[in-house]
Amino acid sequence: MIDLHGFTPALIFGTLMTIKMAFSALALGLLLGMAGALAKTSSSSFLRWLGNCYSSVVRGVPELLWVLLMYFGTVNAMRTLGAALGMPDLALSPFAAGTLALGMCFGAYATEVFRGALIAIPVGQGEAGRALGMGRVRVFFSILLPQMWRIALPALGNLFMILMKDTALVSVIGMGELMRTTQRAVTVTREPFTFYLTAALIYLMLTVISMIGLHWLERRASRGLARA
Amino acid sequence: MHLVVWRAHEDRFLNWDVIFHWLPKLLDGAGLTLQLVAFSVATGLLLAFPLGMARASSHAWLRAFPYLYIFVFRGTPLLVQLFIIYYGLAQFEWVRHGPLWPYLREPYWCAVITMSLHTAAYVAEILRGAIQAVPAGEIEAAYALGMSKRKALQHIVLPRAVRIGLPAYSNEVILMLKGSALASTITLMDLTGMARTIIARTYLPVEIFFAAGMLYLAMSYILITVFRLLERKLQSNG
Repeated sequence: MIDLHGFTPALIFGTLMTIKMAFSALALGLLLGMAGALAKTSSSSFLRWLGNCYSSVVRGVPELLWVLLMYFGTVNAMRTLGAALGMPDLALSPFAAGTLALGMCFGAYATEVFRGALIAIPVGQGEAGRALGMGRVRVFFSILLPQMWRIALPALGNLFMILMKDTALVSVIGMGELMRTTQRAVTVTREPFTFYLTAALIYLMLTVISMIGLHWLERRASRGLARA
Repeated sequence: MHLVVWRAHEDRFLNWDVIFHWLPKLLDGAGLTLQLVAFSVATGLLLAFPLGMARASSHAWLRAFPYLYIFVFRGTPLLVQLFIIYYGLAQFEWVRHGPLWPYLREPYWCAVITMSLHTAAYVAEILRGAIQAVPAGEIEAAYALGMSKRKALQHIVLPRAVRIGLPAYSNEVILMLKGSALASTITLMDLTGMARTIIARTYLPVEIFFAAGMLYLAMSYILITVFRLLERKLQSNG
């Protein structure tokens, strides 16, 4: 097998951190994405403008930049806030900065996906629900959301896998996830191909697990749908 | 690990002089970024069409290779792919003495190759999803009208798929724009690389990242506008 020069436990730990990071950001991102999509399709022009700003600005800047900004750029603000709250050394941990940055980025993309899914549902569905006397909220959760979910799932799956790979960027601000551990190993052993290949295989394994999960979710969501 | 909820009340004075002083250099970097993206998007799209159509095929033998390709390139981070091609390949004797070495030793070409292969995988998958999302009724109608499979593909399925997949594709092109930022990790002086170099000299991360961010925003805004116009032009009603 591949000789990892004793770095196996470190790599396993790094992988666990990667997973933690990804789900953390996913939770934040789904909420922001849904909120953004509702804002963008709402009747209030202010909310539409807000949703547009959020998704356009955040999508327009590389995740790497957001991660760096969230970590280095917030030092002054956090210190001021901390002074006001009586915690002089207040700062965002790499994990927190990474979660905020990646969650924000995921949410911005998820906004577009949810918006597309919302638009793809025939208008008649919502109208039928209203005609039956359902309230707006009920219409959303019982009629729109399940269909949105089915349509959005492949694209969301795409986004989640991108998110999981983006956790590698957090290595830049010193978080001990998989990529950072690999770089440490390369520095020590001078075998870049071995370790980057190993990292690639681990990410692939994570992808397999995600893909299986997503396939199952897609199957579940598409039950009863006709395909030519 | 403490998770801190943060709200920004940035009341600070940005050092605008520094930004304007370094703007020309940043613009140079932006130029390289655009080159990288244009090249990779074009090549990736060319690769993606045969891949995506094969992936959506009903024949299992046709689906196999695209599936593996997409799996590998979607399953690994761009950063790892870049490092393997740029650092990893150079480790092998036969690569260093091979015909492709003049290209493989250059970070620019390594970046273009990696990014093209990477984006082709994603676009192929988007195309696959879009082809399968074409309403069954439209395809059945095409066959009922006597269209051959190829004609149906050319006149009904692909145009419809392109329209369905366009929002997701616009996502992907902008992802490529941001992916290009990773080229800075293999010593390319794209916009991010330039920004990091300037920050190393001036120790003003916020100002320079702000300026770089604004430039990326400008480039993305142009791209988004183009796609919005395209979406509107191709929009089918209902």
